[in-house]
Amino acid sequence: MAIKDQTTLRVVLYEGAGAQPLGAADRFAALTELLERGYTVTRTGTGTVAPADRSTLLVLGRFDEGRVPQAEDAEGQVAVHFEDISGQDTAAIAGRVEWHREQRGAARHGEWKPWFPVIDYDRCTNCMQCLSFCLFGVYGADATGRIEVQTNDNCKTNCPACSRVCPEAAIMFPKYKAGPINGDAVTAADLGRERMKVDISALLGGDVYASLRQRSDDAKVRFSKERDDKKALAERQKCLTKLATAGDIPVEVLMSLPAPDEILRRAGEAKAKAAAALAMNHQTQS
Amino acid sequence: MPDAPRILYCHCAYAQVVPPDVKAAVLRRLCESGAAFDAVADLCEMAARRDPALKRLAEGGAVKIAACFPRAVKGLFHQAGADLAAERTEVINMRTQSAEEVSAALASADMNLNLPQGKTEAAAAAAAARKT
Ligand code: SF4
Ligand code: SF4
Repeated sequence: MAIKDQTTLRVVLYEGAGAQPLGAADRFAALTELLERGYTVTRTGTGTVAPADRSTLLVLGRFDEGRVPQAEDAEGQVAVHFEDISGQDTAAIAGRVEWHREQRGAARHGEWKPWFPVIDYDRCTNCMQCLSFCLFGVYGADATGRIEVQTNDNCKTNCPACSRVCPEAAIMFPKYKAGPINGDAVTAADLGRERMKVDISALLGGDVYASLRQRSDDAKVRFSKERDDKKALAERQKCLTKLATAGDIPVEVLMSLPAPDEILRRAGEAKAKAAAALAMNHQTQS
Repeated sequence: MPDAPRILYCHCAYAQVVPPDVKAAVLRRLCESGAAFDAVADLCEMAARRDPALKRLAEGGAVKIAACFPRAVKGLFHQAGADLAAERTEVINMRTQSAEEVSAALASADMNLNLPQGKTEAAAAAAAARKT
């Protein structure tokens, strides 16, 4: 199931009337444990918190005399469950929360590193270069032909390659190590990125996929002459290693790319999608 | 008197980009205070799943968000269909600020509105050039 379709459990640490507050150290330990396990936790106290949404609520508290409150959402939209955590240590609390998560069929967190592109629409000019570049269908266009990230689960972990092809430095990966890809402000110095892109283009002969095609063709010629498939593979690996160095792309990602013919087929598809989106966008703008 | 700003803390659980000692110290201070707050494991993960909780976190009065770069946080909320309002949002950056600075900013009633706004001149110029 795509992660967009999963439901989640929201935990509330209740310390108001009818419940005993936790000590600061216990509170910190419990929160840290639950956050490490991927839960969203609301701590009640002085001030306001975000209103309820439709996710299932699990209210934890050291309820007076273990009297667990009964409550339900008057509009019937939010399922509310209570759990008395009197006398429980952090591990036991986490265990009970996991139990509730399983019972409600809510998402298990942490199975996928959230690595995907985030578009800075203040900078994006809708040129569609990212859509034409990505072979994994991460990008698409909305009904008006505007670029958007559609299938973020398909993105290859730790690969920031598409941010390198964006001419406007508009693609961020918030978990990337350095700016501006991590979301840090784009500075004048970053505009030197254009130069870097030229270098990548020069290195690859102008177009990543054209370069792969060339190398694939060369390899095929040799293959037919020499019947040496090891050589063709070595050729592909050489090209991919160059790409890895130039674009900061993990070698594992490059090595998992499909065969050159499949790359070309997907690149053609992506380009056609980009062209259709641009045409649609021009229509809606005019 | 307007309500004190809400507090949203991001634990950045699935990467090591926020220094662990900074996020631990910030969370510890929050736990020692009497303040109510929302804590999320990882805003990036929530944005990826288009979690409807982001909408409720973005809506409803002023909010201070302890996470990372304001440009990234703005983009993540937008991508999840839960735009943050520039006139009532402050993002405090645990990647670049010390735990003391982050905690002081969270505790302060003053808002330092700092979401990047609108097209930058460079982007606007590039867009205009492309149209001609
Ligand atoms: S390459 Fe950059 S500017 Fe072009 S559509 Fe993609 S994000 Fe926008
Ligand atoms: S928003 Fe920033 S601090 Fe939060 S999970 Fe993403 S990268 Fe980490």
